[in-house]
Amino acid sequence: MLTVQNLTCARGGMPVLSDVGFTVEAGQALVLRGPNGIGKTTLLRTLAGLQPTIEGEVDYPEDQGAYASHADGVKAALTVLENLQFWADVYGQSDVAADVLPGGTAGQPPAAPPGGGFTPTRGRGLPSVLDAFDLDDLRNRMGGTLSAGQRRRLGLARLAVIGRKVLFLDEPTVSLDRASVSLFTDWLKAHLAARGIAVIATHIDLGLDAPELDLTPFKAAPDMGGGADEAFL
Amino acid sequence: MIALLLRDLRLAVRAGGGFGLGLAFFLIVVVLVPFGVGPETELLSRIAPGILWVASLLAALLSLDRIFALDYEDGSLALLATSPLPLEGAALMKALAHWITTGLPLTIAAPALGFLLSLAPDAYLYLLISLLIGTPALSMIGTFGAALTVGLRRGGLLLSLLVLPLYVPTLIFGAEAVRRGADGLDPTGALILLGGITAGTFALMPFATAATLRINLR
Amino acid sequence: MSMWEYANPKLFMGWTRPVLPWLFWSAGLCLAVGLVWGFFFTPNDFRQGSTVKIIYLHVPSALMAINAWLMMLVASIIWVVRRHHVSALAARAAAPIGVVMTLIALFTGGIWGQPMWGTYWAWDPRLTSFLILFLFYLGYIALWEAIENPDTAADLTSVLCMVGSIFAILSRYAVLFWNQGLHQGATLSLDKEENISDVFWFPLLVCIAGFVLLFIALVLMRTRTEIRARRMRALQARAARA
Repeated sequence: MLTVQNLTCARGGMPVLSDVGFTVEAGQALVLRGPNGIGKTTLLRTLAGLQPTIEGEVDYPEDQGAYASHADGVKAALTVLENLQFWADVYGQSDVAADVLPGGTAGQPPAAPPGGGFTPTRGRGLPSVLDAFDLDDLRNRMGGTLSAGQRRRLGLARLAVIGRKVLFLDEPTVSLDRASVSLFTDWLKAHLAARGIAVIATHIDLGLDAPELDLTPFKAAPDMGGGADEAFL
Repeated sequence: MIALLLRDLRLAVRAGGGFGLGLAFFLIVVVLVPFGVGPETELLSRIAPGILWVASLLAALLSLDRIFALDYEDGSLALLATSPLPLEGAALMKALAHWITTGLPLTIAAPALGFLLSLAPDAYLYLLISLLIGTPALSMIGTFGAALTVGLRRGGLLLSLLVLPLYVPTLIFGAEAVRRGADGLDPTGALILLGGITAGTFALMPFATAATLRINLR
Repeated sequence: MSMWEYANPKLFMGWTRPVLPWLFWSAGLCLAVGLVWGFFFTPNDFRQGSTVKIIYLHVPSALMAINAWLMMLVASIIWVVRRHHVSALAARAAAPIGVVMTLIALFTGGIWGQPMWGTYWAWDPRLTSFLILFLFYLGYIALWEAIENPDTAADLTSVLCMVGSIFAILSRYAVLFWNQGLHQGATLSLDKEENISDVFWFPLLVCIAGFVLLFIALVLMRTRTEIRARRMRALQARAARA
């Protein structure tokens, strides 16, 4: 479960949002809405731990968070498979890199739960991830030769591989065509069905049955205190 | 952590000239010196330890600004910061990758270049040992400098200005060790102090580097 | 009021305003008295002639060059721990003063050395250490200039100052090792551990006091300027957001 209370977050020393509060239960998603520049990215970065909070609390199970930004983090000089394998290794998921078939087979890692393919704390095996994000025939292509949409799919596939429960996603569907968007939402629904959590900033309708949070009311007042400049004003 | 090391090594190799560039620069600098100071063997032999060490320093500097810049630009640094890998470990692995692609080839090639500079025969062994002990410190200190300037466009020159003064102790002890070896004196003192600096660097710099990265990622 | 209260920018501007003129005047007085006394009213040294009088500039400036860095280190630590803006700005303000002090020390060191060594520059441990200190200062100032966001700049330069201090100390000893090894015994010493008799010592003390007061005055003055600049920046940012 993710709880946020009285959160005031800042970017570049300026308070951006103030007094944000919400709760997201396991298995739920939250969609962040608001005009450009309102602070969706800042909020997600603060939740992920990249920005310190000015005030307030963020609470979710330790070591269960993961962040996906505008930038894909795809290395041009590595193949699709190598990119994914790297993140699997970093997140300690390399033991599920072997094929995981629905239902499991003898000698494999613990059988995947029924109706799915994975639990949020264990990533999906690489082959099934490649399949789920339609990257299989691209598996040996260099990251630098991918189109924007393919790179984005790869960036999202990383989320499937790392096996983290609480996801903070910043405009995940940028550059994706309709087919890819539905691939992503299928995976996201499976993630949520397995009691994962997702906080997503997006402008489009993902077709999730998820509550929306408009951030406009939380915009920090221009003369609000707590910023780096406050002492000088 | 090893995954990061291997990834960076792979990237360095594929980036074209990963291993070769620093080495080529090293060679060029060493070859340029006789043109600058004259071909007299006696003179060259006396300044050879210093030249080799300074050239190693400069060659190490070359690839420093790439250590974090690429990851910063394509967003992977932020992703690494939110991953289970501690930033201190990441800094250490980055320094190690830099050393393997720059410092280590330099160390291996140095005796050959020492030959070009008429380095005294007794000094070759100490050249190898001093570079082997000292170049990791150059990589680690350089990694810290790279973290300081990671967000800057064209931070390369500033990086050099910040890092070169930090290199002075390593340079002094390293070159001194080779010189003493060349003169037939005992270089152990210098080597031990050199090793001490390297060890201290590896104990301290990962933390300073990680703190710096966190600041720059905000 | 606890001492930390004085670190608030507005309060800082408040209490420094009346204090500054006093500081400048006392600095000027001490320097005038010390230098005139030292240059004109002390006997020439038996060995070194009249050029030894340059120590009245060299020693205080060398002391301040080091103390400026120490002050920057303390201010950096205070910034990192307590995030007092005035502290960070004071460190930034002190750096150029430290550079100038270092340059004066190097320059006067050369003038002192010339009659003894026959050259204006020699790579003796002390001068070399000051040269390295000069480079550290340059890097520190350059980093401040290069970073756009003031708080990020304060953080990064604080880390640099702390790491740099460790390496500065290391360099000091490395340089001793480096020079001793080559010039066994022929130490060209500008050591003030030399026996300086009282007749030299008192004017020297006055000069040192003058330099210290001057340093404090200059740092406070420059910090005030930094605060004003920062305030302007804050006001512009607020206007831009509104």
